[in-house]
Amino acid sequence: MRIPLKWLGEMVPLAPGATAHDVMAELVKVGLEEEGAHGGDISGPVVVGEVLEFEPEQQNNGKTIRWCQVRVAESGDHQVRGVVCGASNFAVGDKVVVTLPGAVLPGGFQIAARKTYGHVSDGMIASARELGLGDDHDGILVLSTIGLDPAIGTDAISLLGLDDSAAEVNVTPDRGYCLSIRGVAREYSHAAGVKFSDPATSVKVASGSGFQLSVTDGAPIHGVPGCSKFALVGVKGIDPTATVPDWMATRLKLAGMRSISIAVDITNYVMLELGQPLHAYDAAKLVGGITVRRAKSGEEIVTLDDKSRTLSSEDLLICDDQGPIGIAGVMGGARTEVSDSTREVLIEAAIFDPISIARSARRHKLPSEASKRFERGVDSAIPNIAASRAAALLVELAGGTLSGVGADFSEQSQRPEISMDASYPSQLVGVDYSLDQVVSSLEQIGCTVSVAGSTLSVTAPSWRPDITHKTDLVEEVARLVGYDKIPTRLPVAPPGRGLTRRQQLRRRSLSALTGAGLIEVLNYPFVSKEQNAWMGEVEAVELENPIQSEFGQLRTSLVPGLVLAAARNISRGMVDLALVEEGSVFLAAAGSPVLQLPVGNQRPSDQELAALKSSIPNQPRFISGLFTGNWVKQGPGQSAITAGYPQALGAVEILLQQAALGFELEQAKLPGLHPGRAARVLVQGQAVGLVGELHPDLASENHLPRRVGIFELNLDALYALSPEIVTAKSVDVMPAATQDLSMVVATSVAASELMTTIIAGAGELLEEIRLVDDYRGAGLAEGTKSLTFALLFRADDRTLTQQEASAARDKAVALAAEKHGAVLRG
Amino acid sequence: MPVSDKLTPESVASALQESLAALSEITDAASLRGQKAQIIGENSALSQLNGLIKSVPNEQKAEAGKLVGGARAQLSAAFAEKEAELEALERTQALAAEEVDLSAAPKYLGLGARHPLSLLMDQIGDVFVGMGWEIADGPELENEWFNFDALNFHPDHPARAMQDTFFVKPVENHLLLRTHTSPVQVRSLLERELPVYVLCPGRVFRTDELDATHTPVFHQVEGLAIDKGLTMADLRGTLEHFARVMFGQEAKIRLRPSFFPFTEPSAELDVWHPDAKGGPRWVEWGGCGMVNPNVLLAAGIDPEVYSGFAFGMGIERTLMFRNGVLDMHDMVEADVRFSAQFGSVI
Repeated sequence: MRIPLKWLGEMVPLAPGATAHDVMAELVKVGLEEEGAHGGDISGPVVVGEVLEFEPEQQNNGKTIRWCQVRVAESGDHQVRGVVCGASNFAVGDKVVVTLPGAVLPGGFQIAARKTYGHVSDGMIASARELGLGDDHDGILVLSTIGLDPAIGTDAISLLGLDDSAAEVNVTPDRGYCLSIRGVAREYSHAAGVKFSDPATSVKVASGSGFQLSVTDGAPIHGVPGCSKFALVGVKGIDPTATVPDWMATRLKLAGMRSISIAVDITNYVMLELGQPLHAYDAAKLVGGITVRRAKSGEEIVTLDDKSRTLSSEDLLICDDQGPIGIAGVMGGARTEVSDSTREVLIEAAIFDPISIARSARRHKLPSEASKRFERGVDSAIPNIAASRAAALLVELAGGTLSGVGADFSEQSQRPEISMDASYPSQLVGVDYSLDQVVSSLEQIGCTVSVAGSTLSVTAPSWRPDITHKTDLVEEVARLVGYDKIPTRLPVAPPGRGLTRRQQLRRRSLSALTGAGLIEVLNYPFVSKEQNAWMGEVEAVELENPIQSEFGQLRTSLVPGLVLAAARNISRGMVDLALVEEGSVFLAAAGSPVLQLPVGNQRPSDQELAALKSSIPNQPRFISGLFTGNWVKQGPGQSAITAGYPQALGAVEILLQQAALGFELEQAKLPGLHPGRAARVLVQGQAVGLVGELHPDLASENHLPRRVGIFELNLDALYALSPEIVTAKSVDVMPAATQDLSMVVATSVAASELMTTIIAGAGELLEEIRLVDDYRGAGLAEGTKSLTFALLFRADDRTLTQQEASAARDKAVALAAEKHGAVLRG
Repeated sequence: MPVSDKLTPESVASALQESLAALSEITDAASLRGQKAQIIGENSALSQLNGLIKSVPNEQKAEAGKLVGGARAQLSAAFAEKEAELEALERTQALAAEEVDLSAAPKYLGLGARHPLSLLMDQIGDVFVGMGWEIADGPELENEWFNFDALNFHPDHPARAMQDTFFVKPVENHLLLRTHTSPVQVRSLLERELPVYVLCPGRVFRTDELDATHTPVFHQVEGLAIDKGLTMADLRGTLEHFARVMFGQEAKIRLRPSFFPFTEPSAELDVWHPDAKGGPRWVEWGGCGMVNPNVLLAAGIDPEVYSGFAFGMGIERTLMFRNGVLDMHDMVEADVRFSAQFGSVI
């Protein structure tokens, strides 16, 4: 909301020379946050001039400039000046705004006589934008186009109200009344401790009668009738061509609105001043009386913007005898719109149900200045005053007279009384407020307060529909006395249990991997359907309104994000990458949806809560990594080691080791992984993730090198499997015996399978086994390989002899021969 | 070496002198090892003289033995001394020969780093865990009831439109990406025993396009305390402590009246940042307030008995003004150079 300072100054005294920033510094104390200052940053000499003659001159750069002679004073020196102008939207005889040397324009732009295009330009002819009057930069400002014909030499700054400025503040949704100068002025009076003069009290209420009006609501939304107040005041004999006075045009501009016509400008002006949206009907176009009712489903209206709109049975309509003439509180109809031939108008000022208006505005995608105010609640006592104020302005500025025609529908409603213990604000805020501070704060904001013992009965003012509960009253007391009065106290929480095991697992996993050389990244979860298919066909969650429609699904795997991140790094020259990401993935909902949500201000039943929770898709936390480029870079005496699936496997081992879990691998086929280099990671027979190499086709499509190692583990699954507590086994201290074992098997036998068999065969004495070589080629039959293992045997009660170790080894060899046809290599 | 054919004091002295002379000629441990047998072995001059003792008449044997034995002991001692000296020299030389330029060493271990946003969330978590609070998690894809209704956002309230929400298809199922971490408040109140002191860090989503100061996916941390007798003074004290940990002992906080559906009274939170670029100043940091009774009611808690406060702030924003990050792109583009510069320090 933009507040022109002179307008504000009519309702509250401002310090002389107060700037927009001074005003905002006060308003922020009571909760109106500073958004910015507008206007006021222009200083003279800026005068009205008349174009006497000009010469168009073609320039080398293709532009045509005009070399103008402009009269800027009726007499004296320099009354005619030569000015270069790049615009061409003016004619000889037009009155324009000339900024003379010494003037400073918005943005600190200093005007001086300067040589340009072969002339000395003795000033500049200004556009509306250069003067800070809006964004219009199509040409210079020709004063006749805004209805002005001032004398030559007139100070244009005061003429155009450019010496005024506006403060812009952010109005939170609970403070609808601050979408008016009146409301902001009231807040300013609280903030600065100055007197507020309510403009509403000086308006003479015009009463009209005899106009046929019917207000009904056959289908109230949420049990509240759509219209509780509807006032009509008629004005006749207005001059539709009457010009809008400069002061009004300037204020509207400073407030961010365009000047349109006298009748429309007046309704906007009064809305800005008092917060009451108004609508003016061309009385001559109305057929019969006015009816307020709900629309029939499918009914149609052509609105002011000349668009035909199909209505819903929830829309509240304003109709005449011929049909709809407006969607209540949202937009008027085209048929009864005021025009440049309108001589008699009927001004509507109404109070509509905020929810009904909010839904209509959203349904028709028509957020308007009116709907914004109705949604946030309009002062229910202001409609007659606002309509009368607009009527009076039409009389004053457009030569009209009150027609005496009008109507007034009002459904009496009493604001509920709020009961509050006088000590409650102190209890909730922690400031020891006196009874007087509480009562006077509430009275200041317009409440009626009666005190009985320690109990207050409070009725909020008509412009504060947001105040419904005693905590709302507490906020008013707290902010009026000042939040800076709140003391400091550090509450003591009950003894805590620290991070949960699950939270610790997440942190440890990230620390372990970043300690091993991976860099953590955080990627967006928005992916395409194709990307989600890389790691297997899982039903994915689709967004209704994605930022980019191509990436309309939520990730079911972290891998696509990592691939994109790797590609971006590579494009920037970082080609050796080891990335890790930890985060949620989104699997489509298993439970059934909850179509009708429980109400908000009471605890749902256990069944309802269970249904709400199970309606949400499963969102396990995954941890995934990507390796590409070089893992070890080339260095003195060291050749590079390429990054790929071995590092991915290493990362998996780290993660499982630090979760105190063992694992097995099982070959897997997935669209996104190399068909011969992918495995599922199994813990206690349960799949917890994948490891392998990104499919080279995918790597190439995504501008990655051919070799990209990938892993992805379900951290939640690891958490579930990880032992809650590790029971220690004693460490055996007797000497160990080591043996090497080489066996020849078919290449189709996985090393891990042979290893499992050897472990089973060797029995309890085998403490450790490690694969040290995988040899294929000369000396071996086609289709076979030789796997060499280093074995370490130990007994817990004696020094093991080599014979005992060999016996255990031989049992392992025998089992491997039986299960895999493995042959001891000589 | 000529060996005297008679065992005399002269011949022993001469043999000793010759052996000692030979020993003194040797300058490296390898040569010493090579000549060991010759100098003090079975065939050395003194050993041969020693062999003659058996042919000496019995009455002279003791004297001859003493004569040769003394010379041999002298030689052995000299040899041991020489050996120790040359072996020490050999070790020193070996180490000298192994000298390398460590600055030219190959690198085998990669340098990893946490993402600063995730580090910062962990650090904030630690501050509150240190105060006895616990960390609460909740789903990023939420039911609308937890994200809005339970937090006192009436279905038609304009505050709901303030949040630019990502909805999930089909919209009638009321699923969305949470627009704030506040739904975790409701879940915590529903699931935990009172009193509740929890911190909820996490990812949130709004339909903003990525630019220098906006991102559709960002992070928040939210605090919630519900107990008997909590006031805005407790809120202020908690925030002040938090601000000092994050921004130094000089930091302080300021509250300004504001509006949030789930708190009443509500406040904007500014922090006095003593180390801000361009000098100390107030920086907008987050929002806070006393939990609205309707939120307590949604969790089945009696607002006449319990009260409490909540606060929330953006992690990206905090990192920006605390650590001098100038552009949101740096935090979301996964450029390894961005994370690497932080190491594990935040």
